[in-house]
Amino acid sequence: MAEQINTLPYKANLEVYSETLQRLAETDRNIIAVTSDSRGSGKLVPFGKKYPDQIIEVGIAEQNLVGVAAGLASCGKKVFATSPACFLTARALEQIKNDVAYSNNPVNVIGISAGVSYGALGSTHHSLHDFAALRAINNITVVAPADNWETAQAIELAANIDEPVYLRFGKKPMPLLKENNNEKFEFGKGRVIAEGNDVLIIGCGETVYPALEAVQILKEKGIAATVVSMHTIKPLDTALLARLASTCKAIVTVEEHSIYGGLGEACASYLLQHGICKPFKIVGIPDEYTVTGSQGEIFDHYGINKEGISKVVEALLK
Amino acid sequence: MTTKELKQKSVEYRKKILKYIVKAKAGHTGGSLSCTDILNVLYNEVMNVSPENFTSPDRDRYIQSKGHTVEALFVVLADQGFFPEEDLETLCQYKSHYIGHPTRKVKGVEQNTGALGHGLPIAVGTALAGKLDQKNYKVYTLMGDGEMPEGSNWEAALTAAHYKLDNLCVIVDKNTLQITASTADVCNTDPLDEKWKSFGWAVKEVNGNDVDALKEVLQSLPFEEGKPSVLIAHTTKGKGVSYMENVLKWHHGVPTKDEYEQAIKELDESLLTI
Repeated sequence: MAEQINTLPYKANLEVYSETLQRLAETDRNIIAVTSDSRGSGKLVPFGKKYPDQIIEVGIAEQNLVGVAAGLASCGKKVFATSPACFLTARALEQIKNDVAYSNNPVNVIGISAGVSYGALGSTHHSLHDFAALRAINNITVVAPADNWETAQAIELAANIDEPVYLRFGKKPMPLLKENNNEKFEFGKGRVIAEGNDVLIIGCGETVYPALEAVQILKEKGIAATVVSMHTIKPLDTALLARLASTCKAIVTVEEHSIYGGLGEACASYLLQHGICKPFKIVGIPDEYTVTGSQGEIFDHYGINKEGISKVVEALLK
Repeated sequence: MTTKELKQKSVEYRKKILKYIVKAKAGHTGGSLSCTDILNVLYNEVMNVSPENFTSPDRDRYIQSKGHTVEALFVVLADQGFFPEEDLETLCQYKSHYIGHPTRKVKGVEQNTGALGHGLPIAVGTALAGKLDQKNYKVYTLMGDGEMPEGSNWEAALTAAHYKLDNLCVIVDKNTLQITASTADVCNTDPLDEKWKSFGWAVKEVNGNDVDALKEVLQSLPFEEGKPSVLIAHTTKGKGVSYMENVLKWHHGVPTKDEYEQAIKELDESLLTI
């Protein structure tokens, strides 16, 4: 599988999503993209041109998008219901809960331009609630790939498992976190990107790279950090979490999500309930409507960058 | 089935619906009785679906959007042989699979429904898959007139017309009452036929408690080539039990022992006039 994956760096994960879907559709006519006037923002225009019979357009109607996707999936279609994460996981939450998860229709719910990717468009267009909302729903895997490799692997996996999956993608080009060395990608299995004994930094999606950048700053200060791409928020890789948390001095989680209900609270909940108590900090978006700016500016404002992460680590270790 | 046999079957179903609602001490009585004849005709005369072909990709699909009237569906599915009728003794009981809304844990149920406004979008996806795969199956979904205000219905109605899904049939159980009051008083959706027509659907109307009329109209699908069909079935809520008919409290009222005996007596007597 690995050799088929496009490993070119510095593409938006969304572009890799589209490329992977096109590649899968070459040999599988059951691959279906369903869009809500979102083929452009979902980078699915080439897919639609190449496979016009495998793209269903429902117009701007997210509840219908998910219901239609559930019906298609119940008939054996490998459906990728693609819409901005902000609308998909809020307006159509009941359809995700009932028609996809509860009915066990194996739809791949694709939240595009997630988190604060839409930056200055404001809170209507931000999805900082999706992990929290979907974590509380039974029978759906919640995934935020960090780089192009994880994205391609996740899409391929999602196409070939018979279970509901939510995948979340940002718009920003993402560097490869590390060279692929025949690593196996699995939902529910985090990836160790860097290793160090002092602090454990756990990120997901587009926050893993700034965490990795923080490693160098910390190294210069004599702090060795482990960085994990916890691409699957649910089910959480609790075995990896417990193992790494047990041996470090402090834990920091980083996510493009509200500090409530996301990756950080998932990790904290597990650790506390299993007697692993270390200095712990969640870096994310506080409980407020965000400052105006691009994704990068919003990240900087809330310390979701190498400097901010480093400062949090240093404060915890003092 | 002959007309007489179909009518007898409806009475039999109504008696069982009441029996299991009384046993469960819960249920949506009035709506189950209003849609009984529709389910009877669909399962016994119209649809190609059975316990034997239920996993076949070619079977017809029935998705009950008005999931709260599950008692009618369960009784009909049991009669079709999807599961032993005695299973319904556990309806709504602790740990039973026979809950108060359709669930796929019960054989014969296509989708988990119950939240209103969900059946039609799923039915549209199912019909789209049929078109993509060049299958001949039809998709039927039963909706209540009380759920017409749900916006997702109209989103899905647009998609169905856009994709010319003439393998899709909506049946609206128009019993004119919902939990609070008449549908006209709660949120008037009339003229319903004009609304569906304006959304690009082929519309017919029928007496939804007349098995002959239902049989005739449902065997004439699609109502128009290249258009999804909607059948507005005018029904009586609580049909078949005099004191329940068109009485609001029987939306989810459960008969007392005396009321139950009276209802069964009336239904038995109605058999004599068929």
